[in-house]
Amino acid sequence: MTDACLTFRDLTLGYGSHPAVHHLNGVVRKGSLTAIVGANGSGKSTLMKGVVGVLKPMAGTAVKAGGARIAYLPQQSELDRTFPARVVDLVSLGLWPKRGLLGRFTADDRHAVSRALAAVGLEGFEKRGIDTLSGGQLQRALFARVLVQDAEIILLDEPFNAIDAKTVVDLVALIKRWHGENRTVMVAVHDLDLVRAHFPETLLLARRPVAWGLTAETLKPDNMLKARRFEEAWLDDAPWCETDEHAHGDGHDHAHDHHSKVA
Amino acid sequence: MIYDYLVAPFVEFGFMQRALAGSLMLSAGACPVGVFLMLRRMSLAGDAMAHAILPGAAAGFLLYGLEILPMTIGGLIAGVIVALGAGAVSRFTIQKEDASMAAFYLISLALGVLIVSLRGSSVDLMHVLFGTVLALNDEALTLIATIAGTTLLLLAVFWRALVAECLDPLFLRSVSRLGTPVHFIFLGLVVLNLVGGFQALGTLLSVGLMMLPAAAARFWTTRVEPMCALALAIGFASCVAGLLMSYHYSLPSGPAIILSAGVVYLASILAGPRGLLRSRVRHQRHRTA
Repeated sequence: MTDACLTFRDLTLGYGSHPAVHHLNGVVRKGSLTAIVGANGSGKSTLMKGVVGVLKPMAGTAVKAGGARIAYLPQQSELDRTFPARVVDLVSLGLWPKRGLLGRFTADDRHAVSRALAAVGLEGFEKRGIDTLSGGQLQRALFARVLVQDAEIILLDEPFNAIDAKTVVDLVALIKRWHGENRTVMVAVHDLDLVRAHFPETLLLARRPVAWGLTAETLKPDNMLKARRFEEAWLDDAPWCETDEHAHGDGHDHAHDHHSKVA
Repeated sequence: MIYDYLVAPFVEFGFMQRALAGSLMLSAGACPVGVFLMLRRMSLAGDAMAHAILPGAAAGFLLYGLEILPMTIGGLIAGVIVALGAGAVSRFTIQKEDASMAAFYLISLALGVLIVSLRGSSVDLMHVLFGTVLALNDEALTLIATIAGTTLLLLAVFWRALVAECLDPLFLRSVSRLGTPVHFIFLGLVVLNLVGGFQALGTLLSVGLMMLPAAAARFWTTRVEPMCALALAIGFASCVAGLLMSYHYSLPSGPAIILSAGVVYLASILAGPRGLLRSRVRHQRHRTA
C-alpha cells in the first residue's frame, strides 16, 4: 500500500447547518494526480477550503501526512487586481512558507522566483503591474507562485476557467511535471475531455461523493447520471442527518437532503 | 527674504518648532497607515473612526478638563471598541465592513455629542473637534512621538502580512494564521493615529492628514513602497506649508495643513501619471507591439 497523503474520515463540510460536502471517506495517495469533477455548487471549492483549513469541518476529519505543506490556488475572484503590486511581488508571496513574516529574501529566493516565471512563460514580466496582465497571464503568474511554494500537496481550484487553449496546454504540462516530481496534486476541473486525457484519478462530487477512483471508472455514464440528479439547492426544512452507518467523530448533527433522487 | 518667509518662523518661535515637530511626527505614522486604508478601500472608514473616538475623548474632557492623557485614553478606548466591533461583525457575519463601521460610528458619535452637551460649552466642543496644533505641550509631543514610533515599528514588522492580506487574503489564510490578527492590528493603528492627531488637528481633521497624502500619492506610483514614501513626503510638505500659512496669514493651523494636502491632492488628480489629464491624452503614435 502506498503512503496516504490526505485521509478523509467521514468529512462533512458546509455552511450554516447545511453540508456542501457530505460524508467523504477515502485516501489521497502520495504522488497521485486527481481531478475533482462536479457541477457548480457540488462542493469542489468547499472541499479544497476544508483541506487547506480555511473552513472547519462540521464533522469528521481531513488529515494530511505529517509535515506536508499545501500550496493552494483559489479561484481568481479572491485576488485584488487593482492592488499596486508587480508580477514579481505576487509570485514572491509564494516564499511565505519558507521565509514567513520576517525572513529576508535571499539571492536564491530571487532566482527561484525568476525560474518559476521562466517556467510559466512570463520571462520579462517581472516588473509589470498585475493590473496590466491578461487573464491567462495572471493565471500563469499564480502557477509560478505555486511553483515557488514548493509544496508536497498542490490544490488548484478551477485553474482553467476562462483561460485560452494554449495556456491550458502549458499549465497542464506544469501539473504533469508536479505529478512527475511525486507531488500530490488535486485539481477542480469542468472539462471532462481534459480530465480523461490527463488525470489518472477522479473524484466525482455532487454535494457528496458519487464516485472516486480511476478516471475511466469514475466517469462512467451511470455515475454521471447520478451526479447530474443531485439537488443543488439545499432544503431549509431538510431533516437532520442522523445516520447510523456513519460513525461521527464528535456527534455533530447537520441537515442534508434525503430527497435527492439518487438511487 | 526667502529665509524670513520660510525659515525664520520656525527658528524664532518655540511654539512653531513644537507645532512642526508634532505635525511631522503625526505624518510619519498616519500617512503610511492612510495608504493601506485607501488600498483596502476603507478610506471613509478613517473618517468614521475619527467620529468614533469622540465620545471617549469627550468623556475624558468632561471628567478631567482639557488634559491630554485622559482624553487620549478615552479616545483610544472608544476607537478600539468601534474598530473591534465593526471588524468582528464584518469578519464573522455576512455584513460588510462599510455597513458595520457606519452603524458603530454613528452610535458612538451620538454618544459623544450627548456627553459633550451634558456639561460642555460650544468652545469645549470646538477644542475637541478642531484641536490646537500651535499649543502642543511636552506631554502631547511625547505621546505623538510614541504613537509614530509604535506605528512605524508595527508596520515594519507586519509589512509582508499586511501586503498579502490586501492583495490576496485567501492565499494568506492558506499559508498563515496571521490574516485576522493583522487586520485588527491595522485597525488598531488607525485608531492610534487618529487619537494621536486629535490634540493637534482635532478629531475631524486628523483623518485628513491620513487620507489626503495617500490619495494623492496613488496618482503617481504603481507600487506600495514608493506610494508610502511619497505620501510621507506630501504629508511633511503639507505640514510645513500649512504652518507657514497659518503664521503669515493668521489662519487656523489645522485647516491650513489639511487644505495644503488638499491642494496637492487636486494637483495630483490633474498632473499625476495616472491622473485625469495624462490618462486622457490620446497618443498620436503607437508602438508595433
